[in-house]
Amino acid sequence: MREHKIPVTRVEGHGLITIHLDDRGQVAQARFHVTEARGFERFCQGRTVWEMPGITARICGICPVSHLLASAKAGDAILGVRPPRPADKLRRLMNLGQFIQSHALSFFHLSSPDLLLGWDADPAQRHIFGVAQAHPQIALDGIRLRAFGQEIIETLGGKRVHPAWAVPGGVNAPLTPEGRDRLATKLPEARRIAQDALALYEKNVPNWAEQVETFGNFPSLFLSLVTPEGSWEHHDGVIRVVDSNRRIVADGLLPARYFEYIGEAVEEWSYLKFPYYKPWGYPEGLYRVGPLARLNCCDRMGTPWADEALKHFRALAAGKAVTSSFHYHYARLIEALAAVEQVGTYLEDPELLSPRIRAEAGINELEGVGIHEAPRGTLIHHYKVDEFGVIRGVNLIVSTGHNNLAMNRTVAQIAEHYLQGETTIPEGLLNRLEGGIRAYDPCLSCSVHAAGRLGLRVVLVGPEGQVLDEKVSAP
Amino acid sequence: MITLRVDGQDITASPGQTILEAAVAAGIRIPTLCHLKGLTPRGACRICLVEVKNWNGRLVPACATPAEQGLDIVAHSQRLRDLRRTILELLFAERNHVCAFCVSNGHCELQTLAAEHGMEHVRFPYRFPALPLDASHPKYGIDHSRCVLCGRCVRACSEVEGAMTWGFSGRGIHTLVEADLGDPWGKSKTCTGCGKCVQACPTGALFERGKATSEQVKKGELVAEVTERRPRVQG
Ligand code: SF4
Ligand code: SF4
Ligand code: FES
Repeated sequence: MREHKIPVTRVEGHGLITIHLDDRGQVAQARFHVTEARGFERFCQGRTVWEMPGITARICGICPVSHLLASAKAGDAILGVRPPRPADKLRRLMNLGQFIQSHALSFFHLSSPDLLLGWDADPAQRHIFGVAQAHPQIALDGIRLRAFGQEIIETLGGKRVHPAWAVPGGVNAPLTPEGRDRLATKLPEARRIAQDALALYEKNVPNWAEQVETFGNFPSLFLSLVTPEGSWEHHDGVIRVVDSNRRIVADGLLPARYFEYIGEAVEEWSYLKFPYYKPWGYPEGLYRVGPLARLNCCDRMGTPWADEALKHFRALAAGKAVTSSFHYHYARLIEALAAVEQVGTYLEDPELLSPRIRAEAGINELEGVGIHEAPRGTLIHHYKVDEFGVIRGVNLIVSTGHNNLAMNRTVAQIAEHYLQGETTIPEGLLNRLEGGIRAYDPCLSCSVHAAGRLGLRVVLVGPEGQVLDEKVSAP
Repeated sequence: MITLRVDGQDITASPGQTILEAAVAAGIRIPTLCHLKGLTPRGACRICLVEVKNWNGRLVPACATPAEQGLDIVAHSQRLRDLRRTILELLFAERNHVCAFCVSNGHCELQTLAAEHGMEHVRFPYRFPALPLDASHPKYGIDHSRCVLCGRCVRACSEVEGAMTWGFSGRGIHTLVEADLGDPWGKSKTCTGCGKCVQACPTGALFERGKATSEQVKKGELVAEVTERRPRVQG
């Protein structure tokens, strides 16, 4: 058994891929296993609903803001209140900051080495520092854009994100005029970077034809929040499901009733459940969430620059859904631009300085669902409480869970394409599997609630079940 | 007037004052946890241990030991610091303190003491006991996971409010504070809902409902303000 290490691993979390070959050496099956148990739901039992935003924000270090906001929304539902409008806007502003920083991280820091230096570039160079050498401006832009997103989050929630910034009923601090002015000065640069990154991507699409074809290119459903009018949405609204023709399969679905249209299948080889669209059954009801799904689902972005970009995106598939997961990268960049544009609108809105930001109430409902779009995709927090607001049951569906089926399909597609009779794992396959998974920007750390070691382990299994080869991409 | 010496400094005390009170009056800070100004001393936590040189180096709780003429006291030394740190570690290991999302995070006396004593980790195995959280009171809640059994709530309730709602049940490590005879707090017939226990509690164990992580700030000094304003009753 050989172990091959590449210097920097860029899938956040930790997972195992097994590829099973048949007698003729062809790929019979490929699976993306998530191997840690979830202890988190049980851990929350007995805590109060007011503590849940803080608890869930601390459970995952990768996207605390998303859990904070989804949890606060579930709390709103249990209190039976609608947060005051300024609070809703402030939460949205924070989420936009999270979109900007997370999408910048995914594109520039994690994916640009493959995209710009090539999947077969020397592994010793294929990381963000390699990009910094070959394309210094791009690397610098990535750092600046991410910093802008982080600054929005810190301006609202403080360093390390105050775990009680978003609370059931609203938020606990407004934007300050100083904070607003500071962010406003940085807005033009952020917009310039988002536009440049998009232009760079569009220019390079022809170079990535092979990846576009094989990194998870298959018809499926797409699911996301949209506004009641059908625009791009990230913190409220209704659920829409479209198919690969962008035909609306379902619209206006109530987030609070997600369990009526989302089923969760279990497979013995993965701790991560397999959500599917219930009316289509398992596994036919495979759907994708996240940037690609949000863009396929919405009618418009709602801001001028991003709407212009959406037209180009739609043209890729002649108006139908873009079905290659490779283009998650594309969708992410359009969302980053939309987020920057929306931040600009919010910074001009005096309501964000309002002190009316929190609705106080007791326990008015014994069950509450908060659905929210995290950068990685739809995030569901569902709590059951007793009459005193003490947690009796928790169900979380995180974006990596929603995309579980699709990631498995992607892994199989890549293995079939790049493995042609070999009995060892070619270096190029390892990188492409990682790249295919990374297109989804999965966060295995929260989907399995374990601060696992970073790294992806790929095991090639022969027809008799014997391990033919094993490779690890290690941090 | 009594004179004594603390950390080499000569200080005075009036009869009846404790070592702690005399030291505080002289501007010498001794760490405390179960002690709260306005309540009778209890000597429950031993954080305030000081060394009395002329009693063969005996360790006594400063909060519960009367100041005596001629005492020569060490209130700060490496040995005392180590002892205090050990006590803190035992308190943390005994129950479940997850400061990161505790309502009192950033405003907690236990947490502050731990930071002051350089308690970066706990050398004892955590017990992780399964302890209840009672949120049945309309205004407040109690999370036994964060209780250090200092008894400040018990004393505030009986000595200041006069309701005598809180008491201890069980023994040793199984001790819990309980309302009335173990009823859910919300069912208590004696609790007036005044909240003095909550303000007196040094940790996040007693809290106001609706408070999220880090939002619970306690006003323990209210207890002394109330008692000092009161006319002294002879008896
Ligand atoms: S009570 Fe204090 S020490 Fe305990 S968890 Fe809360 S903040 Fe930490
Ligand atoms: S509830 Fe608070 S005040 Fe009461 S004994 Fe426990 S820690 Fe002390
Ligand atoms: S403060 Fe003196 S024994 Fe607790």
